[in-house]
Amino acid sequence: MELSGIAAYLVSFLTFVGIYAILALGLNMQWGFTGQFNIGIAGFFAVGAYASAILTVPDSPWHVGGFGAPFLVGIVGAMVVSGLFGLLIGWITARLRTDYLAIATIGIAETLRLIIANETWLTHGVRGMTNIERPFAGFFEALGLSSAVGMLIVVAACLVAVYFLVERARQAPWGRVLRAIRDNEIAAEAVGKNVGRFRLEAFVVGSAIMGLGGALYAHYFGFLSPEAFLPLYGTFLVWVMLIAGGSGNNKGALLGAALIWSIWSGSEFLMSATLPDAWSGQAGPLRVILIGVLLQVILIARPQGLLPEQAPKTVPFGKAGERS
Amino acid sequence: MELLVDLLQLSIYGIVLGSILTLGAIGVSMIFGILRFAHFAHGDLMTVGAYVGFSFLALTGLPVWWALPAGMVGAAATALLVDRIVYQRIRRTQPVILLISSFGMALILRSVVQLIWGPQVYSYSSDIQRPWRIGDITIIPNHVWILLAAVLIVAALHLFLTRTRMGKAMRAMSDNMDLALVTGIPAERVIMLTWLLGGALAAGAGVLLGMDSRLTPTMGWNILLPVFAAAILGGIGRPYGAIAGGMIIGLAMEISTLFIEPSYKPAVAFVIMVAVLIVRPQGIFKGTL
Repeated sequence: MELSGIAAYLVSFLTFVGIYAILALGLNMQWGFTGQFNIGIAGFFAVGAYASAILTVPDSPWHVGGFGAPFLVGIVGAMVVSGLFGLLIGWITARLRTDYLAIATIGIAETLRLIIANETWLTHGVRGMTNIERPFAGFFEALGLSSAVGMLIVVAACLVAVYFLVERARQAPWGRVLRAIRDNEIAAEAVGKNVGRFRLEAFVVGSAIMGLGGALYAHYFGFLSPEAFLPLYGTFLVWVMLIAGGSGNNKGALLGAALIWSIWSGSEFLMSATLPDAWSGQAGPLRVILIGVLLQVILIARPQGLLPEQAPKTVPFGKAGERS
Repeated sequence: MELLVDLLQLSIYGIVLGSILTLGAIGVSMIFGILRFAHFAHGDLMTVGAYVGFSFLALTGLPVWWALPAGMVGAAATALLVDRIVYQRIRRTQPVILLISSFGMALILRSVVQLIWGPQVYSYSSDIQRPWRIGDITIIPNHVWILLAAVLIVAALHLFLTRTRMGKAMRAMSDNMDLALVTGIPAERVIMLTWLLGGALAAGAGVLLGMDSRLTPTMGWNILLPVFAAAILGGIGRPYGAIAGGMIIGLAMEISTLFIEPSYKPAVAFVIMVAVLIVRPQGIFKGTL
């Protein structure tokens, strides 16, 4: 009994790490590679989650839906919708400087949260959406695995796929242009790169990855409400993960997700074990302060993160292809 | 006729909200002008000011208006402390790192408020005010006092910025950093003063907001977006533009309730802000960008 409890906790822990790692990889595409300051991750996360939920849930009297689409359609739909959403946002904010982009993205995230809470026909508002099923539950059952373990396998598969793609993109000419734009926009423009287009592409790809994270969250949790998309959970933790791990480094994003989620969920145990009963209500704010202070310490002491960015390998001149 | 009455009534609310937003937006604008980053912890600085004012009243039993100076001292000290402990150490890197740091600081400040005062809702005074009636329009006495207090605070700031050496130094640094430093302006002292003033103004906004409604740990965060909208509309880095920006956003938010759900008020501020960013990114009055 005890052991199965620990195993169940471990499965849930790893699933969360996987989902957050996907979000951190999405942010790394936007911020780490391209230097686009998206502080509204929660918004893209929410779009993905609700898109997949609306596509897959059975008919409900409370909100739109009833399409009953399979899981794969749900997550692809979520990526398409949040990618399109990112295209719209990226197009509107294309000319904005970093600070303005930050304010605009958090405005979008907060506005979306208002829409989710108020448009009950679409999302059932604050009462939330239920009956979102875990993927391939029947298949995993036939293998003798619980739906939670099955979910973990699906999340892990998605994470591996996303990691492979973004790591490949980083090494590719496309990723090198993004780095060039981030480090010296004028120089990148001077050598003939269409800066606006590359930026928009990176923003859309990052948004789609965040949408995938949102969809996986929806199917794992089975229930969605606007509460889940507060800036604290949706945005802040992801930022701390990327900065702690090392922005610009995909391995850093993975490490950061594992590390920060360990601290965040570990602190819950620690505080419920050590705080006197009278203080138990204070555990929430104390945990936020802990993570907040950790962020400040990292920014002061090691702003490059645990795994600093490494430039992709230079290609030997002769192998660069037809340009030799 | 009825529409006209509603419009007038909502305009009064709009001006009251606008004067609160103005106080916040001036601080955001000044901090941006001097330190070149959007201060995301400004809303939560307002919350700190409002709660410090509340505790001062609870401890001393003085009349409600004493919350204003007490909150201002509290938030100014908090802002300065945060700068000395954190912001100062990362100021030399890119300004965007300060932005991330201030986002984290916003959550820290809010959690500290929750830790000290708990999640419950407070209000400064439990008296029910009898509204004044002028024709079909009702005016809540508190609203008049809020407007008056905001005008006094802005007037005092105006005198400081135009009549004192330090005030002029601040404006010079905001206008042209390099030129100001060459002329030997004490940059570090100006920065400290910016935080003191920004914190005090934020507390002004927070206390007045608390008088208008109630005190909750998220009161400042919820109003941060309209405050940024006001600062951008007025031209970020332009304290005087923030007054116009605050009033326009405040009026638009209140009058919008004629047509759409009141819960969408922050979204109205946001839509105006995005429109301004697209059409005229420098704001109504040309900002320092």
